[in-house]
Amino acid sequence: MSAQSGLNRRGFLTRISAAGGALLLGGCDQLSQSPTFRDILGKAEGATQRVQRFVLSHRSMAREFSESELSKHFKANGSINVEDASYQSMVRDGFANWRLKIDGLVERPTSLSLDELRRLPSRTQITRHDCVEGWSAIGKWKGAQLGPLLQSVGLKPNARYLVFHCADMMSPGAPYYESIDLIDAFHPQTILAYDMNEQTLPVPYGAPLRLRVERQLGYKMAKYVMRIEAVASFSAIGGGNGGFWEDRGYEWYAGI
Amino acid sequence: MDAENKAIGESVIFRHALVVRLTHWVNVLCLLVLLMSGLQIFNAHSRLYFGNNSVPENAVLVMRAAQKADGTPVGLTTIGNTTFDTTGVLGLSTSAGGQLEARGFPSWITMPSYRDLATGRRWHFFFAWAFVLNGLAYLAYSLWSGHIKRDLAPSRPQLRNIGHDILEHIRLRFPKGEEAKHYNVLQKLAYLAVIFVLLPLVVLTGLTMSPGLDAAFPFLVEVFGGRQSARTIHFLCATGIVLFVIIHVGMVLVSGVWNNMRSMITGRYRIEPAE
Repeated sequence: MSAQSGLNRRGFLTRISAAGGALLLGGCDQLSQSPTFRDILGKAEGATQRVQRFVLSHRSMAREFSESELSKHFKANGSINVEDASYQSMVRDGFANWRLKIDGLVERPTSLSLDELRRLPSRTQITRHDCVEGWSAIGKWKGAQLGPLLQSVGLKPNARYLVFHCADMMSPGAPYYESIDLIDAFHPQTILAYDMNEQTLPVPYGAPLRLRVERQLGYKMAKYVMRIEAVASFSAIGGGNGGFWEDRGYEWYAGI
Repeated sequence: MDAENKAIGESVIFRHALVVRLTHWVNVLCLLVLLMSGLQIFNAHSRLYFGNNSVPENAVLVMRAAQKADGTPVGLTTIGNTTFDTTGVLGLSTSAGGQLEARGFPSWITMPSYRDLATGRRWHFFFAWAFVLNGLAYLAYSLWSGHIKRDLAPSRPQLRNIGHDILEHIRLRFPKGEEAKHYNVLQKLAYLAVIFVLLPLVVLTGLTMSPGLDAAFPFLVEVFGGRQSARTIHFLCATGIVLFVIIHVGMVLVSGVWNNMRSMITGRYRIEPAE
């Protein structure tokens, strides 16, 4: 091979690499927006969920902390208030007339006042809250355990998920909602929290009731919970992906 | 390097086995995507802390946008107690659309280039799985074939002569003849450190950020000193990998780019005769 042809080949390869680099960077944004490609990338969620569920027993507990480790400042994220007039009037009277509705695929649909919830078997836990954005904060939560409550209303055999309908609108016309499966619903640390850091749950943190699912990220822990609906599938609710953020591309299984 | 460095023709040896070449390039792709999507995820909260709590007194790195007294926007990066003006690169930079925006890392190094945490996570976790499976395939092959023991473990004479090797490297003089048939001692130590320290550590600290895995394996959080420490160490590991790649690519360039590239694509490596 002559030196000349070698140089030409090198020049050609260099140009190819440069063009390839530009294509790669521009192409990544295009791929990011392609529904097919997003679905392929999304396959990782299934693998993550299966492996995590395999290594997590039903009793594996999220770590609990001591009082001295409580965050002095706990960021209130997402919705920090509810504009709705009926919600505001409930805030004024301390949620005296608020009732949590439990319906859908349950044997005995019911509704509970805050006082009735407070009389149910409760659990207090100091846990680390991990936001999908990357930050963590430690708070103390007290609430009714979801498992015993579900046993008392009786789930129908075809109930597979619990959908939490919330009062807040994260964006206009799109009320916040979330869903968990029965594995998380019956976990001992899954509670409907009405107290935070030994105070009645403040409005920015989801008054009067928020969900705590301690082995997942913060966005699963719906605030301003108004209604719990047992369903066989969440495909007909909201955007069909099981939650407000799930409808916007986030994973339904938020264990990582 | 593989087998007995079979001589092919006069001065060409068969250096890299097919599995090593394949896993090397899959790894290149994975690390590139993981880095760029990782910086997208970092940008969702462009601060690092030690401990379990994201409180300002635990912060070790902060990237943010601010305004000067005259109203000019600036990008500021604080490491420990020292603040640097990093306008245009860190804290404040021009978006792909040409507008100044507050963001940790600039758009040309994040994936996607625009702010989109959900999509960044999709890229990151998909390629994290690919990276781990590829790494396991490499390890299984390398242990089974003896690649690690034969090609990567430094020999005693090599370790004794490490001072000489360092001097030769600084002068950019590389082995020729018989010596060039094996990795030199600095190469071996660098590769071993990356394969057995840096890459496993980046995976473990990544997994420690998972609230699910923390419940399954509580010792992970203890070992790294908290979830936020794990996030910081994850970032430091990524920085370490980037530094390794810069030096690695630099060495490839100065020690015969075409010969090196060919050996990692076809396996064939030309040995320069000793003087």
